[in-house]
Amino acid sequence: MSDRLLVGTKKGLFELRRARDAWSIANTRFLGDPISMLLHDPRDGALYAAEALGHFGVKLQRSRDGGESWQEIPAPAFPKAGTDGPSVSYLFCLETGGADQPGWLWCGTIPGALFLSQDHGESWTLNQALWDLPQRKDWMGGGFDDAGVASICIDPRQRDHMTIGVSTGGVWVSDDGGTSWRGSADGMYADYYPPERRHDPEVQDVHRLVQCPTAPDTFWVQHHNGVFRSTDAARSWQEVTTIRPAKFGFAVAVHPHDPDTAWFVPGVKDECRVPVDARLVVSRTRDGARSFDVLTEGLPQSHAYDLVYRHALDVDGTGTRLAMGSTTGHLWLSENGGDAWTLVAGHLPPISCVRFG
Amino acid sequence: MALVAFTANLERHLSCPVQTVPGDTVRAVLDGVFATQPRLRSYILDDQDRVRRHVAIYVNGDRIADRDRLRDPVTDADEVFVFQALSGG
Repeated sequence: MSDRLLVGTKKGLFELRRARDAWSIANTRFLGDPISMLLHDPRDGALYAAEALGHFGVKLQRSRDGGESWQEIPAPAFPKAGTDGPSVSYLFCLETGGADQPGWLWCGTIPGALFLSQDHGESWTLNQALWDLPQRKDWMGGGFDDAGVASICIDPRQRDHMTIGVSTGGVWVSDDGGTSWRGSADGMYADYYPPERRHDPEVQDVHRLVQCPTAPDTFWVQHHNGVFRSTDAARSWQEVTTIRPAKFGFAVAVHPHDPDTAWFVPGVKDECRVPVDARLVVSRTRDGARSFDVLTEGLPQSHAYDLVYRHALDVDGTGTRLAMGSTTGHLWLSENGGDAWTLVAGHLPPISCVRFG
Repeated sequence: MALVAFTANLERHLSCPVQTVPGDTVRAVLDGVFATQPRLRSYILDDQDRVRRHVAIYVNGDRIADRDRLRDPVTDADEVFVFQALSGG
């Protein structure tokens, strides 16, 4: 089990440690700075923290001593293209490359782009093939001014097989390490779009895409329009209609060893975005979406207006320990697969991401 | 040489003391600063070397007009101030 949890908030990074069966805040870093993403690289132990400084742009920090000290390293940036050219406004997701690619990191950004570092973040290169997709003109912002690459899944069996989720912009798959991309959102639909466009792959708002690491043909998606699942490596998607109490949400986590088990945090769609009946719940399926358990133990069941962002729900490598952070600064842990939750901190800044490691 | 001063808020992230720098435009003056403090560039300018949206640059008492190319003229007698526009929560 992982006994360390990194929590990224609007006002800094909080490191929690578990000792004597209890979690507590062990360290606070970058107090006052918005943290957009965190990563623990299991290949070399490095930690990464992405910042979105309100005035001074995106920044990337790295620690090679377990979080004791941090060093600013270059953040992904677009090549020079003149005064009308793009500029990275947010580091949306950060993932490691293949197990046999030490130092390789992938970063998804807003505007919707993908960057690769092959040297532990010392330098970054824009993935030109994705940026040059003609369909990208139909991507658009979902909660931000521009579209964003919110999810990157590297197939553990074959690291050149990559699947990314774009909000708003669909699911894109590469079989050649990012040299070429194809849309892969067959079965998804966006019912708020004009009827003739609602099935187009490039208009799907994929809030969050996750891949089961030990059964990598299974993906789960929390879409703006509902929940979708694929069991054929994202070639086709089936809508999940059994989820309760609502199909809207941002976050999803999949069990690392059981592709049929996944967790969601439903909310009222879509401008309202609060828990249904002001009761915060986690919805869990353990049978591949045939049914869902609505989990409430330890979670506030009256006047709760917590929203859990897309990167603010995580499960550790065992599949039994989960963490969840909300926009109201509440942080919960579960030690039993979500059956019961414990409030670990209740007065943090708004939480953008949580990550074990 | 123009005098260049930065908001004290930047000191939380990196060192940027008041300094005198040669140059006849805001761009030239800032390039002179970045030559000795390269990391500062991305705090002030975006990926395309435009002034970041929430950063303000003044020459003496006047806000610069050219935030994209920073071609506003600077003389040796001028003072350039770089600070953050008010925003956030």
